[in-house]
Amino acid sequence: MTGPGAWGADGVSVRFGARQALDRVTVSALPGRVTAVVGADGAGKTTLLRCLAGALAPGEGTVRRPDARRIGYLPPGTGVYEDLSVAENLRFRSASYGIPGPAAERHVSEYLERTGLGAARDRLAGQLSGGMLRKLGVVAALLPQPDLLVLDEPTTGVDPVSRADLWWLIASAAAGGAAVLMSTTYTDEAARAARVLVLDSGRSLAEGTPAEIVAAIPGTIAVAAERPAAGDERRRSWRRAGAWRVWRPDAWRPDAWRPDAWRPGADPGRGAVVHPDLQDAVCVAALRRELEAGHA
Amino acid sequence: MPEPLAECAGVIRTFGRLTVVDRVDLAVGPGEVVGLLGANGAGKTTLIRMLLGLLPVSGGSVRLFGRPPSRAARRRIGYVPQTLGLYDDLTVAENLAFSRAVFSAAPGRTAAPGRTAAPGRTAAPGRTDIPESLRRYARVCVRDLPLGVARRAAFAQALEHGPELLLLDEPTSGVDPLARSRLWETIGEAAGAGAGAIVTTHNMEEAEECSRLVVLASGRVVAAGTVAGIVGAARTTVVRAADWTAALRRLEAAGLRAVLSGETLRVPGRPGPGVTQALAGLPVRISEEPATLEERFFELAAAGNASSPETPAGQAAP
Repeated sequence: MTGPGAWGADGVSVRFGARQALDRVTVSALPGRVTAVVGADGAGKTTLLRCLAGALAPGEGTVRRPDARRIGYLPPGTGVYEDLSVAENLRFRSASYGIPGPAAERHVSEYLERTGLGAARDRLAGQLSGGMLRKLGVVAALLPQPDLLVLDEPTTGVDPVSRADLWWLIASAAAGGAAVLMSTTYTDEAARAARVLVLDSGRSLAEGTPAEIVAAIPGTIAVAAERPAAGDERRRSWRRAGAWRVWRPDAWRPDAWRPDAWRPGADPGRGAVVHPDLQDAVCVAALRRELEAGHA
Repeated sequence: MPEPLAECAGVIRTFGRLTVVDRVDLAVGPGEVVGLLGANGAGKTTLIRMLLGLLPVSGGSVRLFGRPPSRAARRRIGYVPQTLGLYDDLTVAENLAFSRAVFSAAPGRTAAPGRTAAPGRTAAPGRTDIPESLRRYARVCVRDLPLGVARRAAFAQALEHGPELLLLDEPTSGVDPLARSRLWETIGEAAGAGAGAIVTTHNMEEAEECSRLVVLASGRVVAAGTVAGIVGAARTTVVRAADWTAALRRLEAAGLRAVLSGETLRVPGRPGPGVTQALAGLPVRISEEPATLEERFFELAAAGNASSPETPAGQAAP
């Protein structure tokens, strides 16, 4: 998993007082690839990204990261000064990296034009929409032409139009050779990354390519029109797209199990067993934790 | 069709010279969950505020339960704002008790037609009936709750008085998929019991939970219907390349916007000569797939923003 030239964290733990924010988490970020950290608010995504950006020293474990001048970091929020204009923000950021103004301007001018920020150069950042602010934050993080680009939830709360611009920026950075490590709360977005780490309450639930994570789901997932009435089956079910998913830890033929519970044609051509995706995988991982905690 | 619980007819809202909501038609009936999709600034929150009676319309009409919005109508609505609307420094039990007191103390209280309060719900002030999933957090201050649990508490508070209409403004942002699914169970149960719901969202996975979607762009309805109806025949070109970075640079140079998905690139629309020419000589495989809701939404939003105010709304409706 850890190849040459990979940045990342090995067995990183972080404690804030009594709270274990990260518990032996390992992730790698490969040059030219996008790695997504997916999890709910409070899962530890920001803490992990701060370790990678060099903003926080972990209590345990090691972090492999390039020199600080080769790291681009979008912190939580916007990462820009709202009382400076777009151009002033970029000048300030390039000066702090020691990049001469004209060189910085050349480097980011295409990004600014393609994301609609070019026409807003003289506007105060605080007057930009949420999506534009986030784009400015990412462009600012791209200024040092980083080897490692760390983006803390660049797309959360951003509408799909700005999200497409942000993904273009992210893909361009990866195409230019940067290792991109980004966090997100959206599983459909994480599924677009080359590698994914699923975090839950500071612990790693799964790590690998989206296909590896899906392939590693134990047992079977089926689709049901109705939620199972009671017991373990009910506890192992969750709602998705107006129907129900039911997870069974063993290999399982759903036609041998209460066939009347399945709605014919719910998933045409595949019977009741579904080909799971990353969202199913994340739900099963969370369910397994929930069930283990319940039995403990 | 039964009488709509909420209905917007040609609703307009202007702020100064800016038209934020432009001739919007929308109706939600019993048992329906209508998803309101739109970019930031598309007018979703303004529309919700007009439905709640917090903001007057500039034109057209809003009707709740067949009448103009009023405080009496507000009693029959459960509302979860983006900010949750809970008191951070009160416990879950205290928040629920407070909300119950507010809803039962107002003068002129009448039971909603066809609904009777569940046992224990008409309890004396101070007595709280807390949903099972929240019981262990009853005495925890809201500020100390994980976000997923705080959202469950906000749902419990909004549902507590047996509302017939739910207005949910981005109800599940920031929670993991399992927690989101649990919140949707609650919405589904309320709809199953006959309530209607209007849900605003940015999240395409969430949009798929709705029975019907209304897509807003620049204040106008640009599409309405089921997910399948809205995506319709829209297609996306999929490019699999030995080296996606080289393919991306070629597409970029040709002025085509590709979205990275794993190691493949997705370009809106059917494969055309533009893509083929841009990638000539590179080892790539070009195919097409149905567009995703997000890709279709992107097209609709871009078209909606570019179109003049004269363009008729709803032209993409099936």
